[in-house]
Amino acid sequence: MPSHNYFTSSIGKKQITAITGLGLVGFTAAHLAGNLLILVGADAFNAYGHGLISNPLIYVAEAILLAMFVTHIVMAALVTIQNTAARGKRYYIKNRSGHGETIASMTMPYTGIIMLVFIILHLINFKYGAHYETTVDGVVMRDLFKLVVEYFSNPLYVAWYVFAMIALGLHVGHGLQSSLQTWGLNHPSYTPKVKMISVAYGVLVAIGYSGLAVYCYFLN
Amino acid sequence: MSNVEQMLTLNLKIWRQDDRNDKGRFVDYKLEEVSTDSSFLEMIDMLNDELVKEGKDPVSFDHDCREGICGSCAMMVNGQAHGPNALTTTCQLHMRSFSDGDTIVIEPWRSRAFPVLKDLRTDRSAFDKIIAAGGFISVNTGNAQDANNLPVNKENADRAMDAASCIGCGACVAACPNASAMLFTAAKMSQLALLPQGEVEAAERASNMVREMDELGFGNCTNHAECEAACPKGIDLRNIAHMNREFLKSKVSGK
Repeated sequence: MPSHNYFTSSIGKKQITAITGLGLVGFTAAHLAGNLLILVGADAFNAYGHGLISNPLIYVAEAILLAMFVTHIVMAALVTIQNTAARGKRYYIKNRSGHGETIASMTMPYTGIIMLVFIILHLINFKYGAHYETTVDGVVMRDLFKLVVEYFSNPLYVAWYVFAMIALGLHVGHGLQSSLQTWGLNHPSYTPKVKMISVAYGVLVAIGYSGLAVYCYFLN
Repeated sequence: MSNVEQMLTLNLKIWRQDDRNDKGRFVDYKLEEVSTDSSFLEMIDMLNDELVKEGKDPVSFDHDCREGICGSCAMMVNGQAHGPNALTTTCQLHMRSFSDGDTIVIEPWRSRAFPVLKDLRTDRSAFDKIIAAGGFISVNTGNAQDANNLPVNKENADRAMDAASCIGCGACVAACPNASAMLFTAAKMSQLALLPQGEVEAAERASNMVREMDELGFGNCTNHAECEAACPKGIDLRNIAHMNREFLKSKVSGK
């Protein structure tokens, strides 16, 4: 039996999954805020992107982000594998109580896998995608706006993006409130409100990201 | 449903398994003249009487007090731990909750940590092992003293009493999609950690009980709350949050 410490324990693995997940929820908010500049216009969006990548601290931020993603995925995968093994033989019929599991909570491993596939494609498409150039206020910079509008001119790409963002919304809708419970924060009057805020945030990110994709489709 | 006694004819689909190593199978039975006033276990008793008369092996199931406090009568009834009624053990479930002609599927708890011994009976000694790992108070509390010397606030007293109402039936493990024993472990930990005598060893207790729980092969809580919904005693998820805090404290303080 391997030694039992915080990192090998059930609760430790859950708490690490939860804290990295919370960090990633923060990232979804920051990324969405940046994307909203698409509504302002091409120059504002491109200037923001240029500002980000020309700051040397971006490498530190990216390293932290990558570490959070990898840790979150590894810990969640370990927990899921153990949970499947713990169940053993499946029930012939299993009726849910209606007061426990939700679509979001049941599909966490699946929405997580969709997010992983999405993020890899997203990086290939955009971060490492075609390099167009534009000039804003005399500064030559990458024209990411053009690339974004180009991708979202394809309705199939928009459909896949919206599908992935619904998965994201479900994932964070359960994940946000679940992470607080895992860190021991549960209060009879605050917890029901936290659950509502968590679901509302899930809906907000799904609609926010998807809405911008649809907006870009109609820009064409 | 009505309050007047009726007689039901039921189709039962019951899990039969000879021993730990047997693969097991469902067997269908038809049972007639079941009173709506009888309890679910009395209904199985009726079936067993018939099976014995026919020279067949009766359905093996655990039962003891038949008044909802011992936690023995573990079984899944139509895919729900202890059947369809909230806050009810199988022995307190009555046949008036069913209708004439119903098919009722009865299965044992399914969890790697609760192997099936025979038919509906499972080996739940894993729970005893979790208790043995730390579900007790070992500090010397001295002689009996005046009750008011140890002030306990009302909220903690209530929460400790609620946690202590756990009967260790295993419905939480059975209902959890991950077969996690965290609600049980948390209740057994909270009932002590919330009171002055138990608080002293709270962190160490959390560490030892969680280690035992993990090593026995139970799953991890993913905050679905199916356990809370299935619990016949209404043990709530706050206990798990409390355990998560105590466990973290134990690791931070090195206990």
